[in-house]
Amino acid sequence: MSLSIQRIGPAVSIQDAGRAGGMGLGLSRGGAADRLAYLAACALAGVPIGSAAIEMAGFGGRFRLEATTRIALAGTPMRATVDGAPVAWNAAHIVEAGSILDIGAAEKGVYGYLLPGGGLDTPEELGGRGFHRIAGLGRALEEGDRLPILPDPAPDAPPMRLPAPSPETGPIRVMPGPQTTLFNDDTRARFEATTFTRSAKANRQGVRLEQEGDPFSAGSQLQRVSDFISEGDIQMTGDGTPYVLLADCQTMGGYPRIGTVLPGDLPRIAQAMPGQTLRFRFVTVEEAEALWISDADTLKRLKKSLMPLVRDPRAMTDLLTYELIGKPLSD
Amino acid sequence: MTTPEILPLGPDGILVRFADALSEPANRAALAFRALVDDAAPDGVTETATSLTSALIRFLPNHVRRADLEQVLGDIAEARDWSDAPLPDGRTLWHIPALFEGPDAPDLEAVAREIGRDPDTAIAELTAEPLRVLALGFAPGQPYLGFLPDHWNIPRRTEVTPEVPRGAVVVAVRQVIPFANAAPTGWWQVGRTAFRCHDPAADPPIALKPGDELRFRGVTADDFARLSDAPRGGAEEEAIG
Repeated sequence: MSLSIQRIGPAVSIQDAGRAGGMGLGLSRGGAADRLAYLAACALAGVPIGSAAIEMAGFGGRFRLEATTRIALAGTPMRATVDGAPVAWNAAHIVEAGSILDIGAAEKGVYGYLLPGGGLDTPEELGGRGFHRIAGLGRALEEGDRLPILPDPAPDAPPMRLPAPSPETGPIRVMPGPQTTLFNDDTRARFEATTFTRSAKANRQGVRLEQEGDPFSAGSQLQRVSDFISEGDIQMTGDGTPYVLLADCQTMGGYPRIGTVLPGDLPRIAQAMPGQTLRFRFVTVEEAEALWISDADTLKRLKKSLMPLVRDPRAMTDLLTYELIGKPLSD
Repeated sequence: MTTPEILPLGPDGILVRFADALSEPANRAALAFRALVDDAAPDGVTETATSLTSALIRFLPNHVRRADLEQVLGDIAEARDWSDAPLPDGRTLWHIPALFEGPDAPDLEAVAREIGRDPDTAIAELTAEPLRVLALGFAPGQPYLGFLPDHWNIPRRTEVTPEVPRGAVVVAVRQVIPFANAAPTGWWQVGRTAFRCHDPAADPPIALKPGDELRFRGVTADDFARLSDAPRGGAEEEAIG
């Protein structure tokens, strides 16, 4: 059982829940850039956390399913068709063997997820399957790749969908970190009062933020020793430009960090399109602790909100054929 | 040494920081502290790690409250004087062949000028003593090694080299790093090793541990060419207790 790539966007890679526990080895967790969207794909597919999906930044590709299987589509909506017929995003679908799945441009965000069958079955390295560029693990997907797929755990399960997440517009919540007090009160207040713009410079390692005011400099920082970085840290580079660090961040760094974006809000940074404005607000460590949710609990919540995918009869060009598609064929 | 600072690093992390400038005793303290935390195995802890001068403790906030874990860590921190902390048990001394000449040592002469020695003396000093693995960081298994003598306290280059190859041996600020992967760097490249910091074909793939020691041995270009296929790039290990 496999999936072949006939055409591919420039930043498409295999991603999963990442490789936890490697900070002491110099390995940051990595994994899906929008962890919440990845967990939504797991919920739709009915697969355990850690299953490997295809992460598509900005643009998907053309995929051929070599066996009949369900696929889950999650994350930022992208134009998707199966053999030319549009299919819903934030939903699972049964796709017949030999079908062509086309996934086009993201419309409102950056990262979309395709999780076929029971997840991709590519070899693991250091406990994960994901591409992690700075760790030197894996590579971006390429035209001609043929990816093995684990069997669909419930091939007869009725396709489900998730309600589109309601857009959040409040300030991104930031908790203090080990270097927050290097920035004086005025600088921290100005940070909260500033409207930032998401720069075009962004990848899975971090997102650069632009703003028109003075740079955000810490006190004397030249002799400061490199220390641990957390995903979500807002790092001020030498010229005082903020970068929010994402899944593929380095494990240690010397630039001072004004705080850490809460994991629940980090997907909003990852999904922000170039030019989108962002505001930040500090919360206390206690608030951050209270807002922490395990991946397992997030998956449970997502599964509870699954609902049957109701098809639009107008999209069913031939109802008899449609019924056949609804019955999975053996591999 | 004073009691370390206990600081938040993300909603599921605690950083125990022994110093905010690099020093040998602070590194030793961080290693020893992490070993004590691992022995104590507090409830809800998922991961421990050390950087150059800090220990990181990751935990499950739905299993243990931060305040309670901070109390446990604070008690461990106050239990001893960290200035004479012992190094962890079960360390290894790695003898690693490296080439310190030709195209793989593009900055050797500049470094020799910076430290006020001739290139041969610079190589002799690089290979004279074992260096400690202060931390693994940036890329899997990549060690920060220290410390070279005081006159090696040279700044990073003003211009970043766009890419040095995997195995590049680079120096700055009394430290040496053999690069795990090809990468840009502001450090000075003085040599190259066939040792791979992360070697998928080896068991374990990541050989070095913080606290281990590593001594470079200069080899000829002919020897170096033969080492590229050798297990662990020709590295030899020796237990040091």
